[in-house]
Amino acid sequence: MTFGETKREARLVAWPLAGLLSLLVLNALFDPAFLKITLLEGHFYGVPVDILTQSARTMLVSLGMTLVIATGGVDLSVGSVVAIAGAVCAVMLQDGQALSLTIAAAVGIGALAGGINGLLVARLGVQPIVATLILMVAGRGLAQLIVGGQVIIITSSAFEFISNGFVLGVPFAPVLVLALFVATHFVVRRTALGLFVEAVGDNETASRFAGLAVARIKTLVYLFCGACAGLSGVLVAANIKAADSYRAGENMELDAIFAVVVGGTALTGGRFLILGTVIGALLIQTLTTTMYNLGVPPAVAPVPKALLIIAVSLLQSEKVGRWLRGLFKKGAVA
Amino acid sequence: MHLAKTFRYLFIALSISLAATVLPAKQLKVGFAQTGAESAWRTANSESMKSEAKKRGIDLKFSDGQGKQENQIRAVRSFITQRVDAIVIAPIVETGWEPVLREARRAKIPVIITDRTIQTTDDSLFVCFIGSDFLEEGRLAAAWLAKAVNGKGRIVELQGTPGSAPANDRRKAFAEAIATFPNLKIIDSQSGDFRRSGGKEVMEAFLKKHGRNIDIVYAHNDDMALGAVQAIEAAGLKPGTDIKIIAIDAIREGVQAVADGRINCVVECNPLFGSKVYDTIEAILAGKKVPKKVFNKDELFDHTNAAAALPTRQY
Repeated sequence: MTFGETKREARLVAWPLAGLLSLLVLNALFDPAFLKITLLEGHFYGVPVDILTQSARTMLVSLGMTLVIATGGVDLSVGSVVAIAGAVCAVMLQDGQALSLTIAAAVGIGALAGGINGLLVARLGVQPIVATLILMVAGRGLAQLIVGGQVIIITSSAFEFISNGFVLGVPFAPVLVLALFVATHFVVRRTALGLFVEAVGDNETASRFAGLAVARIKTLVYLFCGACAGLSGVLVAANIKAADSYRAGENMELDAIFAVVVGGTALTGGRFLILGTVIGALLIQTLTTTMYNLGVPPAVAPVPKALLIIAVSLLQSEKVGRWLRGLFKKGAVA
Repeated sequence: MHLAKTFRYLFIALSISLAATVLPAKQLKVGFAQTGAESAWRTANSESMKSEAKKRGIDLKFSDGQGKQENQIRAVRSFITQRVDAIVIAPIVETGWEPVLREARRAKIPVIITDRTIQTTDDSLFVCFIGSDFLEEGRLAAAWLAKAVNGKGRIVELQGTPGSAPANDRRKAFAEAIATFPNLKIIDSQSGDFRRSGGKEVMEAFLKKHGRNIDIVYAHNDDMALGAVQAIEAAGLKPGTDIKIIAIDAIREGVQAVADGRINCVVECNPLFGSKVYDTIEAILAGKKVPKKVFNKDELFDHTNAAAALPTRQY
């Protein structure tokens, strides 16, 4: 990676990071207790802890989405996969299956769903939006079929721990998700895999002529995205101790795409920033929490959210950046 | 050639009229355009319509609108061509129903609107409305609460989806009813989008923002209240004791939570419309006059009757 590349990446991450920090400052000014973290029953307790725990679920879905978007695709089915995975967990735990087996099954079924998406996109050449739309629509029906249209309550406290538990006072879910991010970062950046993904997203034909197994790379990326969504489904179900096949993961694909794009990954493919996605997901959750904290009426809340996302996206755009720089230069001359 | 064609038509006409006379005594045919299957409440609602139809030997044409009005309109049109005896619509949105309702009127098929109301300039386009009174639910909740806490306390409200009829009405009626108690105040109100995870997330934020200043949670549905219960427990407090909780819907899990003492009161929003809808249809077809607005009767469950009611809850 060249120096110029790193600099550009730093600029792309800088804006969402600045947005996140300014939100935190705004909240702290409004309510000094916002950033306060106390100890409660032996674990950390406070708004920042909540934001981390709540954003973990979206973050995990966004991790897989980052790589899919990097290949120039998109996966709309993640929300439905979250619902399916949750439904599988509820039914298996009700059946008295072991926890490890249950989680493996949830992740496995996510990977299977992702694999189907991958086959449709990579082998059959279906447009990613269409291919994943199929599972997005059918998946929720499947999830409802698994649980028989009921909300199934999960009583296993070990299962709940995955989302709501603490290790040495630190919330477990964000630690798990961040560890996965770090692991993914090393796997794709310390090997040629990341470069392959970017190459496929940049120019598929050229990559194929250069000898890359384009179809295999794409399938793998969708499979990974599905597995991430499956694990996120485990977190979502564990969070509310229930599998709600109607509402679980609803609109999650949109949040994930937001997080990825705000984090500096190009929707056109060919470039991805894993760290940026973490910040993007944190930014979206912090925004939601800010609305609660400032007491913004729920009917109005989507407006400031949209404005901030537009602002960050504009600031990341090279054209706007050049225009702004030009403006400042002119000002300096005059 | 020409004669053959005429004969063929004659033959077809004859066989149709023959089939019509051979058919057994007429079975009541009802078309139901449901919104979709978006919640457990809705599933119970559909189930009630189907099972009651089976019990009465009514031929129910059930159509799932999958959350889209155009699907519902298409379903109503097909009911008209199938010459059903009555059409029941659970409208997804309030407007845009007039053209298809006019078609139904031209075909002389009575239409009943259930669950949610519609806006039209011509009220005679449908025979009557059968549904839940969201305003009354809000009032019931407020009245119970005011009595339980002696008209004193700080309330946080978990709203449903902004703009939806149940959220609007439950919010409005509750606020109006507690306005007569100067010491009963809503200190904060946010939307949990009728979701469990939403209720939990908003309650987590409220607990950090207001600390121990929250006495009461008023949730627009049970799901959000159940999410709030988890948030309160995670904050080291006892839901139902340290913070009182009142919710609307009375799904089985909500009533169970009342019996366990984690929620203090749930007001019912009864989805079992079946028998009332078919009673009304039979009355209309018999030429009787029915009231324009019929509300399903809603009950209230608190510690006194929740445990006893549990075994008979159907949804």
